[in-house]
Amino acid sequence: MHANVGGKEILRGINLEVRAGEVHAIMGPNGSGKSTLASVLAGNEKFEVTEGEVTFCGQNLLEMSIEERAREGLFLGFQYPVEIPGVTMSNFMKMAVNEQRKHRGLEPLTAGEFLKMMREKSAVVELSSKLTSRSVNEGFSGGEKKKNEIFQMAMLDPKLAILDETDSGLDIDALRIVATGVTKLHTAENATVVITHYQRLLDYIVPDYVHVLYKGRIIHSGDKSLALKLEAEGYDWLINDYQ
Amino acid sequence: MEERDQIIADLGNEYKYGFTTDIETETIPRGLNEEVVRLISQKKGEPEWLTAYRLKAYRHWLTMTMPTWAHLDIPEIDYQDIIYYAAPRTKPKLNSMDEVDPELRRTFDKLGIPLEEQMALSGVAVDAVMDSVSVKTTFKEVLAEKGIIFCSISEAVRDYPELVRKYLGSVVPYADNFFTALNAAVFSDGSFCYIPKGVRCPMELSTYFRINAAGTGQFERTLIVADEGSYVSYLEGCTAPQRDENQLHAAVVEIVVLKDAEVKYSTVQNWYPGDKEGKGGIYNFVTKRGICKGDNARLSWTQVETGSAITWKYPSCILAGDNSVAEFYSVAMTNNFQQADTGTKMIHIGRNTRSRIVSKGISAGRSQNSYRGLVRVAKGAENARNYSQCDSLLIGDRCGAHTFPYMDVQNPSAVVEHEATTSKISEEQLFYCNQRGLATEDAVGLIVNGYAKEVLSKLPMEFAVEAQKLLAISLEGSVG
Repeated sequence: MHANVGGKEILRGINLEVRAGEVHAIMGPNGSGKSTLASVLAGNEKFEVTEGEVTFCGQNLLEMSIEERAREGLFLGFQYPVEIPGVTMSNFMKMAVNEQRKHRGLEPLTAGEFLKMMREKSAVVELSSKLTSRSVNEGFSGGEKKKNEIFQMAMLDPKLAILDETDSGLDIDALRIVATGVTKLHTAENATVVITHYQRLLDYIVPDYVHVLYKGRIIHSGDKSLALKLEAEGYDWLINDYQ
Repeated sequence: MEERDQIIADLGNEYKYGFTTDIETETIPRGLNEEVVRLISQKKGEPEWLTAYRLKAYRHWLTMTMPTWAHLDIPEIDYQDIIYYAAPRTKPKLNSMDEVDPELRRTFDKLGIPLEEQMALSGVAVDAVMDSVSVKTTFKEVLAEKGIIFCSISEAVRDYPELVRKYLGSVVPYADNFFTALNAAVFSDGSFCYIPKGVRCPMELSTYFRINAAGTGQFERTLIVADEGSYVSYLEGCTAPQRDENQLHAAVVEIVVLKDAEVKYSTVQNWYPGDKEGKGGIYNFVTKRGICKGDNARLSWTQVETGSAITWKYPSCILAGDNSVAEFYSVAMTNNFQQADTGTKMIHIGRNTRSRIVSKGISAGRSQNSYRGLVRVAKGAENARNYSQCDSLLIGDRCGAHTFPYMDVQNPSAVVEHEATTSKISEEQLFYCNQRGLATEDAVGLIVNGYAKEVLSKLPMEFAVEAQKLLAISLEGSVG
């Protein structure tokens, strides 16, 4: 797959297959296109896909709108979650969950069912119930925002979760809670793609595959040991090889 | 029939309700002169003092010109081409909801308006379906027990002439402006409400009466008097879309709040805004003003404005009594080619008076939305406090938002604060909502409701829920 932003090619031929039950990690130096890949898959209209195709559970992903992709089970954990003043987290999630249910031909949840679900899922990332009654991400600390992303992931139970630098800006405790939460949500039926700079996240979320993205291409793939090697030696040896 | 056809054509809009039935209206010729004013008064069987009042207002109106200071582009209005008296106005009768315009029904459903009310609002014969008469009777009994008067202004003129005479025009004199003079000369009907000393009105007034209120016409006159130590929450308007063959509306609302009394006045205005090309729509020139006449009086205005092609409206408050408190909470939304110039005036006269203004403007399409507010602190108003917050939200890049705050402070002990913000719905916010499975229109509705929450939360519960849906509906088609 190839993708442009403002006429500039950012993704220059990505080939990747993610199967149910797998965890993939995508690493790579700054500016290599990691976040662009996440945005393109989610359907961000800032980017134009110029070549290639993406199949998601047998469907042509690129023909689907952003919200259709989401309702079909694609979730993006944002690197910088936006604030929506005046809209409570619980109201936001109620709409999101019920849109998804409608899409799948299910009745909306009753208030009681929804509250129970909120309680269960916020426990996954130890998110205080006070936060769910506040406006979406407004006044949340960096750590709370990231926990809130994983809480939403728990609520929406996606088939594919793409987590864009979910570990950035987290202290050690928050990192453990967020990463453990992601691991708890992982099953044989879903898949997770984590985008990260640091090996330490992968101590908790153990990947089946590690890919290195550089200048819009995957230049190397390996197993978990690749992340450890990158942590110790950096990217230079791969980049030199590639060039 | 010819005249009616003409009026409908004047609306510049295809009127969809099919006026096929002959409506028994008693009309007087187009145009305005002393004869017409006398005739209106006579037809309503009014006492001499009121006829004289109307005539004085009319003569004064002749000396006035339409205000041009507002940030509005107002097409010329031919006041001699208007019919000033046509009563009783009968709505076309339909036999079932199947005959109602499907688009209107869709909106009703989205608003969640009960079927019985839908029928009443769209003119379906409801006698067999809705037991509204008995509901009304029960309410009237409860109110009567407490000594509360709630009736049409015409009835009040007949049954409580001394009260009406004492307060009519006492807050908004006929000479106040062009439209108040016109209204005083030709007002058709409206509501009158009196809460006696120490009585707390046990219900939201007019909740059950809004169906009837929907047909009150173009020169509405409302007078509310809260006697010492009383309380009332008053609702006016309707979230359901309202069409009217009268293009010009010039209403007057007066509120008198005596010592230790409190009045909460909430409005939702959703008059026909014109079509997507800016054709047709109601011109709404309203003067609303209350006075905190006694010490410790409290008055609060809450308005949600989504309708009308042109809105010119500044619900105001005179804080005359010491320690009196006034509030103004407003959401004004404009879309397509709508224009709104709205805000408030807070006139501090008494000592230790406090006022608070929260205005949330939302502009979409090619609309123009202005906030205009005056805070005046008179010489004797020791320790007056005002806090104003004016926010504007822009949707798209072809609309306009303007803020015109005026301050006139003559007492050095006053503290007057003004905060203003302008924001846009960001691509990032929309992408975030889309990614969670929300369609763009739903996302915009959600973001707008979040933005307006502080004001919407001031509305009575049931009204607030409808108003939220109304904001989302009024924005349909404004994004993407």
